[in-house]
Amino acid sequence: MSSLAELKVGESLKEVQLDPVDRITLIKYAGASGDYNPIHTIDEEAKKVGLPGIIAHGMWTMGNLGKLFTEFYEEGFIQDYTIRFKGMVFLNDVVTLQAELAEENENILTFHVRAVNQNGNEVIKGDILYHRYAS
Amino acid sequence: MFKEHIGKQSNKVKNIVERGAVKKFAESLGDLHPIFIDEGTGQNSRYKRNIAPPTFPRVFDYGTIQGLNLPNKGLIHGEQTYHYERPLLVGEEITCYSVIKNYFEKKGTQGEMGFLVLESFGEDEMGKQVFSSTQTVIITEAVRKVLIG
Repeated sequence: MSSLAELKVGESLKEVQLDPVDRITLIKYAGASGDYNPIHTIDEEAKKVGLPGIIAHGMWTMGNLGKLFTEFYEEGFIQDYTIRFKGMVFLNDVVTLQAELAEENENILTFHVRAVNQNGNEVIKGDILYHRYAS
Repeated sequence: MFKEHIGKQSNKVKNIVERGAVKKFAESLGDLHPIFIDEGTGQNSRYKRNIAPPTFPRVFDYGTIQGLNLPNKGLIHGEQTYHYERPLLVGEEITCYSVIKNYFEKKGTQGEMGFLVLESFGEDEMGKQVFSSTQTVIITEAVRKVLIG
């Protein structure tokens, strides 16, 4: 079991690079989330609204970013998760997930979190306040 | 055009944090961790149950806000927040509803843009709040014209 206890302010969790975004992944997320907005799955619909092709659901990227914390559920939980959607994620984009411990205040660990694409551009950015259990 | 809706609330809807739905959701995010899907891991955890990923409330039904007609196309998701008192437990019943928290307009590069802030809530079987979330939806001028027209 890994632990957040040794992490110091300024240090980051091990970043995760996702596989290139493919259509079936977004179709699965559409089904699992119930978000069937066709700009995420059907090219023609994306083009109708002026996009070059389908884009990932913002919530798909946010959901992925949250998984950096999945292995730490025994010592705490995500109390606050705040995201601003900054850029679009297209097919074949390679998204990297990052979380840096910015502040430690008693039982609250504040992480700056973001997902960047293969060009280094932020696609989503925000904060996670991780609530650490007392015992 | 949305200003008059500020403060309006949806009807409350009961949702179950359904095991299959949690698995499907975790799988779609490449996050099939045993704390979400393996009963034994859940029982041996501090939660005594499996839990759901933090963005799982995307799946819930929040009811309908009378008079609010949002198109399902052309909206931009600007911001999203979640606040939890504790993680969601697999199998529990969560009562959900939404409130229109705010609406304002700003001039942007693509003309006048509308910002609609929806706040949503999830309560457990005792009526205690488990989570709240806010979603900021950006309504572009093109879409607003269609709605008015």
